[in-house]
Amino acid sequence: MTRLMLILSGIVLALGAGALVIGPANAPYWDSLSALFVDDGTPLTLVMREIRLPRAILALAIGASLGMAGAAMQGYLRNPLADPGLIGVSSSAALGAVLAIQTGLAAAFAFGLPLAALAGAVLGVLLVLALAGPRGASITLILAGIVVSALAGALTSLVLNLSPNPFAASEIVFWMMGSLADRSMDHVWLALPLIGLGLVLLATLARGLEALTLGEDAAQALGVNLTRLRLTLVVGTAAVVGASTAVAGTIGFVGLVVPHLLRPFVGARPGALLWASALGGAAMLLAADILVRVVLPTKDLKLGVVTALVGAPLFLHLIYKTRRQMA
Amino acid sequence: MSRFDLLGCAVAGCLATVSPAVGQVAAGADGSVVTPRRVVSMNLCTDQLAMMLADEGQLHSVSYLSQQGRGSAMVEQARKYVPNRALAEEIYLMDPDLVIAGSFSARVTLDMLRRLDVPVVVFEPAGGLDDIPDRITRMGEVLHQQDKAARMVADFNAALAELAALAPPEGARPSAALYSANGWSSGSATLPGQIVTAAGFDLVADEFGMAWGGFLPLELLAMSNPDAVITGQPHPASSRAEEILDHPVVTHLKAGRMQGIVSEQDWTCGTPFVLDAIERLSTARLDATEAAQ
Repeated sequence: MTRLMLILSGIVLALGAGALVIGPANAPYWDSLSALFVDDGTPLTLVMREIRLPRAILALAIGASLGMAGAAMQGYLRNPLADPGLIGVSSSAALGAVLAIQTGLAAAFAFGLPLAALAGAVLGVLLVLALAGPRGASITLILAGIVVSALAGALTSLVLNLSPNPFAASEIVFWMMGSLADRSMDHVWLALPLIGLGLVLLATLARGLEALTLGEDAAQALGVNLTRLRLTLVVGTAAVVGASTAVAGTIGFVGLVVPHLLRPFVGARPGALLWASALGGAAMLLAADILVRVVLPTKDLKLGVVTALVGAPLFLHLIYKTRRQMA
Repeated sequence: MSRFDLLGCAVAGCLATVSPAVGQVAAGADGSVVTPRRVVSMNLCTDQLAMMLADEGQLHSVSYLSQQGRGSAMVEQARKYVPNRALAEEIYLMDPDLVIAGSFSARVTLDMLRRLDVPVVVFEPAGGLDDIPDRITRMGEVLHQQDKAARMVADFNAALAELAALAPPEGARPSAALYSANGWSSGSATLPGQIVTAAGFDLVADEFGMAWGGFLPLELLAMSNPDAVITGQPHPASSRAEEILDHPVVTHLKAGRMQGIVSEQDWTCGTPFVLDAIERLSTARLDATEAAQ
């Protein structure tokens, strides 16, 4: 248990350091790190503090958010296919963010952008939970997700196409695939408070989710308040996914892949899976963000492309397994 | 003409670029070429050249873009003409005896107009300062205002030479980066790039071997630490593409250096307005050098 935590933390630290020293500016690793801590008056300090540091922090925080949100939803619905990206929560958050940007709400007050994305995410989660029912059978869950994703995606495209800005329409790709290119400390300060709040809320679910593995009646008998559990889940997921999407767009499959890979290592206990998935998600997104910089440094390859290439085959495998169980 | 020449012609689209309107401007009874009397221009850049060279009443309509503050350097003048949105139907109904289009105008629209027997002339956009006298001369020929055009070319060349004399020698030139949406940086093989080099700057994009322009990652912009960062005016409503221009790194690079330099209307088209842009840039450079001494 603690060994897994140490290994995962080690991987996250190594990847975090990698994210800080790898980039198109191609400075020696040691110089880069020292420029981060000591302002030596060279442009390298600017690069480290204003470009690479915010990018690494966001990759870490957003990866942790998506991983933990995936683990929490899967624990609550007792269904390994639940992932905020797949079931439309991220798309609804993106719609909220795009509306805030295009209506000027994001410019009008500081937290307009992440709060609008949060509102979108809350609507998305509630809609999916209502459509899928309390137990969240696989088929209804996926169908509900498809409906919510398609609708939110179409509305996002519509809003961007209606924008008077000639570049807005080409940003549909960003909102659908996600990217951390050219983010700044401003984005970190926008996203971090809500992500922090959401992660704390999700972490409190650990005991409730463990009890829920025994069934709803048994969980209630153990003193778990299911209404409160559900409310915490909705608000926590919406907060982390909303804030993440507001600054980085929709990044799919992290919440699906990471809990699935780590589940065997925590003895399939949903409570322990929460923090393990947070660390694993951070590692996955840091790795993906390093990869897009190494493969195509000037082209802004979208993060969602990398996560989907890893995640989609796994998703197929999961569906195959689910089908066998249902048969 | 061999088959290969014809093929090359088709590939290069030279039918559109050979001398203007040959066989398209109707010949008069005595064989002299009739001056077009009702001209419609459907491209922002041809609009401006046409407005500068046309006689009173010769030009009937210009594109609606020319009447909008963003991009157009001649909003006031353009308001005197009927605006068009470059649609074949609308232009045909204006009954023009000559249509002037840019090579980015929709091909189907131009084909439709040609099928309806409307003479169409296509102008390539100016790829650099050298193209500007050529475009002026050609517009003069098309509108039968050769004398006016010749005077404009002479004035343009003289003014350009005067500005070139102000530029510092090799090695003493400050560096400048043109930076626009999505981190696109233009180099010296483009019109905006040549405006900057003519004003006495070296271009950052050229340092990275991008004379035609390319995406310059924010990190590389910061590392090259240019003396001036030249950004454009953002479009209305925000977009992520233009958000990069407000990134703390760009703000930091702009602060404390040559201020108030933006690329705007005068930079868009290959017209004599680029002289104003070069002059403003030169002045900013000279002010900064004086302040430094």
